[in-house]
Amino acid sequence: MAGAILRRVTPTTASPRVAPLPLPLPVPLLARGVSDSTDAITVSTSVPFKSHIVDPPPREATTSARELLAFFRDMSLMRRAEIAADSLYKAKLIRGFCHLYDGQEAVAVGMEAAITRADAITTAYRDHCLYLARGGDLVAAFAELMGRRDGCSRGKGGSMHFYKRDANFFGGHGIVGAQVPLGCGIAFAQRYRKEGTVTFDLYGDGAANQGQLFEALNMAALWKLPVVLVCENNHYGMGTAEWRASKSPAYYKRGDYVPGLKVDGMDVLAVKQACKFAKEHVLESGPIILEMDTYRYHGHSMSDPGSTYRTRDEIAGIRQERDPIERVRKLILAHEFATAQELKDMEKELRKQVDAAIAKAKESPMPDPSELFTNVYVNDCGLESFGVDRKVVRTVLP
Amino acid sequence: MAAAASSALHAVGAVASAKPRSAAPAVARRRSVRVAAAAKGGPGSSGRGRLVTRSAVAAKADEAAAAAGSKSGGHELLMFEALREALIEEMNLDPTVCVMGEDVGHYGGSYKVTKGLAEMFGDLRVLDTPIAENSFTGMGVGAAMKGLRPVVEGMNMGFLLLAYNQISNNCGMLHYTSGGQFKIPIVIRGPGGVGRQLGAEHSQRLESYFQSIPGLQMVACSTPYNAKGLMKAAIRSENPVVLFEHVLLYNLKEKIPDEEYICCLEEAEMVRPGEHVTILTYSRMRYHVMQAAKTLVNKGYDPEVIDIRSLKPFDLHTIGNSIKKTHRVLIVEECMRTGGIGASLRSAIIDNFWDYLDAPIMCLSSQDVPTPYAATLEDATVVQPAQIVAAVEQICQ
Repeated sequence: MAGAILRRVTPTTASPRVAPLPLPLPVPLLARGVSDSTDAITVSTSVPFKSHIVDPPPREATTSARELLAFFRDMSLMRRAEIAADSLYKAKLIRGFCHLYDGQEAVAVGMEAAITRADAITTAYRDHCLYLARGGDLVAAFAELMGRRDGCSRGKGGSMHFYKRDANFFGGHGIVGAQVPLGCGIAFAQRYRKEGTVTFDLYGDGAANQGQLFEALNMAALWKLPVVLVCENNHYGMGTAEWRASKSPAYYKRGDYVPGLKVDGMDVLAVKQACKFAKEHVLESGPIILEMDTYRYHGHSMSDPGSTYRTRDEIAGIRQERDPIERVRKLILAHEFATAQELKDMEKELRKQVDAAIAKAKESPMPDPSELFTNVYVNDCGLESFGVDRKVVRTVLP
Repeated sequence: MAAAASSALHAVGAVASAKPRSAAPAVARRRSVRVAAAAKGGPGSSGRGRLVTRSAVAAKADEAAAAAGSKSGGHELLMFEALREALIEEMNLDPTVCVMGEDVGHYGGSYKVTKGLAEMFGDLRVLDTPIAENSFTGMGVGAAMKGLRPVVEGMNMGFLLLAYNQISNNCGMLHYTSGGQFKIPIVIRGPGGVGRQLGAEHSQRLESYFQSIPGLQMVACSTPYNAKGLMKAAIRSENPVVLFEHVLLYNLKEKIPDEEYICCLEEAEMVRPGEHVTILTYSRMRYHVMQAAKTLVNKGYDPEVIDIRSLKPFDLHTIGNSIKKTHRVLIVEECMRTGGIGASLRSAIIDNFWDYLDAPIMCLSSQDVPTPYAATLEDATVVQPAQIVAAVEQICQ
C-alpha cells in the first residue's frame, strides 16, 4: 500500500464491524501473533472519491486490526466459495445459470461493515456473496445451488434467488433491473413506517440502461425515499463492454438531479466509507447513487468464458494491481497485524470450511415432490389451488 | 406491527376464510342466494351465510337479496362508492394498507374510487405516482415484501401490460422462489373491459394474460355488493390478488348492508337458479346474460346463471353442482376467444364433469380483434344478449 498514511488515533473512534459471518472463527485462527486489536487506525483510500452534485466524503477511512482481519477472512471465504461453485458447476452439480462474484467481494463486505442488519439490501442475480455477507449459511447456500431440500429457498429458487428475510436481504432477482423499483418500494415501506433505516439497491452497469431505473429514481427523489442505488460497474454487461452499451458510462452522474459518488469498488475501505456516507445522506436528503468501480474475474455466468470480449491480460492485470483481498493482505502485513504464514493458514482453514460445507450440502436430499406445489400461495383462508381448476396433475417420471 | 394488526383483523367479525367446499347454498328445489360467506374459523367449518329466498329474474344487481338480510335498512350506493367504502374501512382498520397509482390522491381517482382518501389519510398513504406503471407496480411489490399492504391502481387495466414483468416475475413468484420467506399481500386493481368507443388500447381485457401466472389470484366484481366484499377480502388476503373492475359498471346502483361483510375470494355467486342450462359469466357480461334471461324465460327456458367472480381459481364446487343439475353449459365472457378465461373454464369443466354433460360446452367470447372505434363494430366485438338467447336455444335442442 504505497502512499498509505498511517496514524494512530484514540480508541474511541474505532468502529468495529457490526455483524461477522455466522461461522464461528475457530480459536486457533486467533493464534498468538494475529492481532485482535480494536484500536483505530486511519487508512487512505486508493483514490479520492469523485462526486456529482454532492461534497464527497474524505479519503481517510477509519478501521482497526480486528476489522481488517475480518475483511480478509470474509472476502477470502467468499472467494473460496465462488471458486468452489465453479468446480461444482463443471461437475454438473450446479445447473442452469450461475453468476459468480469473485473480484467484487469488497463491495459486499465493505457495505455490510457500514450498515446494520435492519437496513435492507436487494440485488440482482450475482447474489451468493451478498447472501453470505448478510449472515447467510454456507451450507444452505451450496444446498440451494445444488437444488437440495436444505437450500435457503428450499431448492426452489436456485442461484439467482437467494433471500434472507430475517437479515433484510431481499434477494436475488433474475430479470435485469427489475429489482430497482422493488428496492425503492422497500425504502418506501421504511419511510412509511418511520424506521430510520435505509435500503441498498444494487444493480449493474448493464441494468443502468433500464427505463425502470430512471422511473424509480424519479420517484425516489420525489418522495425522498431512503434508498442508496449502488451500481456495481464491472464494465461489462454480459458480453458487451460499457462503452458499447452506454452513451455515458459515468453512471454516478446519470442521476441528473440525484447526487452520485464514484468509488473504487476493489478497495473495501473506500466502499465502507462511501456506504456510511451514503446512509447518512439518504436519511437526510433522499436518494444517492454509488458507482462501484469493480471487476469480475469470471465471465458473466458459467456459460460465458469471459475471454471473448476482454483480454486475458486485462483480467490478469486487474488481479495483479487491484485485487481486493491482496490489498487488505498488504495492509495487514504492513501494519504487522499478522504474518504472511498466519494469513495463509487462515485461507487454508477457510478452504476446509467451504469443503466441509459442500460435503454437508451434498448430503441434503432433493426436495420432496410435494414441494412442487407448496409456497405457490400463502395458505391462508384454506386456499389450496395451483391453477384455475385446482387440479394437481400427477405424473410419474421414468 | 403489521403482524399484530393482521391477527387483530382476523378476530374482527366477518372473515373471508370460508373454504369453498362448504355447505352448498343451492338445496335442490329452493331458490336461494347466499348473501355473504361470513364464516369464522378455519378449514372444515362450513360457511354460515344467510339463505335468503327471493323470486324470479333480477334484471340488474339483485337489490332485494343483498340488503334483505341486513339487520338495518342498508344503504344505497354506486359501485365506485362501494369500492371506496371498502378501501376506507380497510385503511381505518389496518395502518399498513396504502394506495398507490396515477391520480389517486389529489385528483381523487379517474373513476372516483379514491375520492377524498388523500384528505383522510394523507399523501403518503394515498400516493400519487408519476406515469410509470412498471416501476410503481414494482415498488408496490417491494413495499409488500417489507410489510405493507399496498393497493396498486392501474388507471386502466391495459396500462398494466407495462408492468407485466413485475406482476409475473416478482409479484407472482417471490413467495415460491424465496421458499416461503416473503409474502406479497398486494392488491392490483383497475377498470378494464370494453367501454363506449374508447379505442383498442383502452378496451383491453387482461384476465387472459394474467391467468397463467402462478401465485396470483384473480377476481372480477360485478355489483356494488360484491365489489365491496371482494375488495375487502383482497386487501386482507396474504396472496397477491388482481381485482378486475369494469369501466361501464362504476355507476351501478344497489343497496348494500350497513354492517361489515366480506365476500369469499374463491366463491362464485348464484345469480339466478334454474334447471335447463348453466350459464357461467362474470363482470359486465352478467348483465347481458340477465337481459337474455328475461327473453329466455318468456320463451319458456329456465337458465341458471352463475357469476363465477373468481377467475383464478374457479369455484368448481358451485359450478359442478350446477352442471350436475342442468347438464348443459354456456360460458359468456368479454375476454378474447383465444386463450381466454372461457377457454380455461371449458377445459376445467371437461376434465372434471365430462360425464354430466349432455351437450358440448358453448363459449361466447369477444372476437379476436382489436376493439374498433365505430359504435356498431364495437358492439359486434362483444357478446350481445341476442347471441346468448340463440346459443341457449341451440344447446337446449
